[in-house]
Amino acid sequence: MFSLKGIKQLSAATLLPMAAAIALPAQAAEEVNIYSARQAFLIKPMLKAFTEETGIKANVVFAKKGLIERIENEGQNTNADLFLTPDIGPVYDIVNKGLTQPVKSEVLVKNIPTQYRDPNNEWFGLTTRSRIIYASKERVKEGEIKSYEDLADPKWKGKICTRSGKHTYNLSLISSMIATHGEAEAEKWLQGVKANLARKPQGNDRAQVKAVKEGVCDIALGNSYYFGKMITNAKKPEQIGWAQSVNLIFPNQADRGAHMNISGVVLTKHAKNKENAVKLMEFLASPLAQYMYAQENFEFPVRPGTPKSTLINKYMGEFKADDLSLATVAANRSKASKLVDKVGFDN
Amino acid sequence: MSTPSPTVTETQALKTTGSHLRWLLSTLFIATLVALPVISVFYLAFFPSENIWAHLADTVLPVYISTTLLLLFGVGALSIAIGVSTAWLVTMCRFPGQRIFEWALLLPFAVPAYVIAYIYTDLLEYAGPVQRALRQIFGWQSYQDYWFPDIRTTGGAILMLALVLYPYVYMLARASFLEHSSNIQAASRTLGCSPLQSFLRVSLPMARPGIAVGLSLVSMETMNDFGTVDYFAVKSMSAGIYDTWLNMSNLGGAAQIASLMLVFVVMLITLERIGRARQKQFSGSDRFKDLDRYQLTGWRAGFASTVCLIPFAAGFLVPFCVLSLYAYENFEISWTEEFVGIAINSFMLSVTAALAACMIGLLLAYSKRLSPSRGLLGAVRFANLGYAMPGAVLAIGVIIPLASFDNGLDSLMREHFGISTGLLLSGTVFAIFFAYVVRFLAVPFGSIESSLAKITPTMDMASRSLGHNTLQTLFKVHLPLIRSGILTGALVVFVDCMKELPATLILRPFNFDTLATYVYQYASDEMLEESALGALLIVLVGLLPVILLSRSIAASHQKK
Repeated sequence: MFSLKGIKQLSAATLLPMAAAIALPAQAAEEVNIYSARQAFLIKPMLKAFTEETGIKANVVFAKKGLIERIENEGQNTNADLFLTPDIGPVYDIVNKGLTQPVKSEVLVKNIPTQYRDPNNEWFGLTTRSRIIYASKERVKEGEIKSYEDLADPKWKGKICTRSGKHTYNLSLISSMIATHGEAEAEKWLQGVKANLARKPQGNDRAQVKAVKEGVCDIALGNSYYFGKMITNAKKPEQIGWAQSVNLIFPNQADRGAHMNISGVVLTKHAKNKENAVKLMEFLASPLAQYMYAQENFEFPVRPGTPKSTLINKYMGEFKADDLSLATVAANRSKASKLVDKVGFDN
Repeated sequence: MSTPSPTVTETQALKTTGSHLRWLLSTLFIATLVALPVISVFYLAFFPSENIWAHLADTVLPVYISTTLLLLFGVGALSIAIGVSTAWLVTMCRFPGQRIFEWALLLPFAVPAYVIAYIYTDLLEYAGPVQRALRQIFGWQSYQDYWFPDIRTTGGAILMLALVLYPYVYMLARASFLEHSSNIQAASRTLGCSPLQSFLRVSLPMARPGIAVGLSLVSMETMNDFGTVDYFAVKSMSAGIYDTWLNMSNLGGAAQIASLMLVFVVMLITLERIGRARQKQFSGSDRFKDLDRYQLTGWRAGFASTVCLIPFAAGFLVPFCVLSLYAYENFEISWTEEFVGIAINSFMLSVTAALAACMIGLLLAYSKRLSPSRGLLGAVRFANLGYAMPGAVLAIGVIIPLASFDNGLDSLMREHFGISTGLLLSGTVFAIFFAYVVRFLAVPFGSIESSLAKITPTMDMASRSLGHNTLQTLFKVHLPLIRSGILTGALVVFVDCMKELPATLILRPFNFDTLATYVYQYASDEMLEESALGALLIVLVGLLPVILLSRSIAASHQKK
């Protein structure tokens, strides 16, 4: 079984196709290359529409982490033209590392409100979402909880569910609390929320709503679009029941408004298909893609005047959004993360 | 225990030929190449964006450390308990189902840890079928009416990890038991040992090197696991690594934690080696004689079957059935034409990486046998560290040398020939292949090394004195003897590659999926049902070689 010849043949048989694969990097005529920290299946419909409209092929690598480091090390030879993110955090990281370049585009400026793009045009928000309170219809009276600050009220002891404090969505919320109230107050608040938890933070946002339905807790924190995904979930009808068991509360409507976050896009510094990349950015901010984002993912379109999903309108209506700068939110994330450790939120 | 035989150092007198030097140099070169990613991570550790330790020590470090130790101890103990007992039973005894269990006990290994974690959570949580049935039977109304163990705990994580990792110990313990001289076993019995005493005083100590290798693989897998502990909200060291890297934008700090973890692993392994440094055992020439198996009957046979059935059912049957059910229910949405291509990607990459890892493992282990000099030992040990590093961190370690090479070559070519070569290796399947070899080399190396260690150096001497050179000796004498060790290594690497996720995600080319990455994009959103077909395929494709190789390992002992 083991002969030198055999091994030689084997290695030839396996290495040849690999060599061929290496020697043929994707180089079609018209394309745009995307590194995405957002799940591929969430952006696929928009990319497909883009290719149909322009004939430009969109290539994607999806990974939640590590792609910024890949762009950084690949340097000027990187194949990445665009980097897509599900959150302001990584946007801030990649811009800070100097791996992006500004985009001058009237379309982007016109379609994206100033609050959701960088003053220097290094990054652009494509959709927004709010971190809202899901409260049990049965056990929480209307108007009983109105703000993030209320979450720390001792009357909710043992009633609150949330995912890990270290999850990027919670970190952004905690960052905004630091920006609004200062670090010391934010710490007290986080301690208060921790004291009210019904269980150790675990699972994703949907799992918290499910826990409300099951009576594990009365109040949950979650991103707004999860409601749409649950209430329309024909494949898993039990999720419709979870969604129906809660009221949606946009916090802090009497003062600063509900905490907002974005999914965003940047153009890399060494983008090789710059023209196509900008085309794609503009397409993603265009009425069609914006409408698709709203319909498919139940996110809020950034472009003013884009019809929201009818479902979103029905359950959420208009609300007041916190206009705290996202750059501030991102800058406070490291502090927020340390606060979570300090309070022992996840322990 | 063993007949007085020349030690390895004594045989060094034989080795001052040119072919040795070639071995040494090529070994050093390859070991260095494989060690590059780990070295890159050590390098990163010198550039933290801020000192993370004061904060960690003040807050969560004690939790990280105690949780990690608890995980290591729990998973290790459970894996040994399951792996060694079942390996001994199926190797040394006859009982109903023994022939099937021989390979069936390996199957849980094909199930990715995060998949089994999702499945058991689905089954055991409040809304799951188990608790629903209990509520119906006992008439409980709500969450507050009764107590049910929470699976999303450290204990749950230990159980999940042990269920899919014990096959490492099982496999290597079984290989050791098979390679034993049956004479020694018989001698111990004639000297008055009961079967149990014979197991404890003869078989177990002789299998210790193999079990130790298995245990160290289990420990490293446990340390670098992120999927399961993250899903169960268990704060182990790897949680700290990712938190420091991503939430505090401090890759250098994360690299420091990862490097410290490596140091810890090396300490563990060294301790174990020191512990058995004095025992050197070589098997005699009768090692292929048929083992005298104990024929079990009555309650003993039933007990043996049950002991083997439990880990097989919990680690494989249950998740396999659940996945099949999900896949059947969601077949229409999950079956696409891309699927075949994705499965081929997984298969080809895993086969290639398994072959390469075995060849390199053989080279390193054999060179180490030829001349265990310090420099070589150091290089070899470094090359084996990839296994203990969390996959995503290792991926960064892979990106750094590959991108440096690409960019270096590119600027060289631009300067001298005016052509740009761009990225030749980064972002290609080669990057994934390289990462797999770096990550899993420790497996074939360990299993080959422990097989080689059992061959008495008198064999080398005999072959050399008959005029064979080093290479001929390897092919004619050693390879046939360590065949099962090599096959075991190949099998493990193959299945591990099929399951590998974090490094594949980060390193892959555009529009490229393996089964693992395909499953992950849904599973990470807790939509495992939609990708159950992919998960099932990982298990199925992993099954085939598991069964084939396991049979051939057994056959290699029965034939001769």
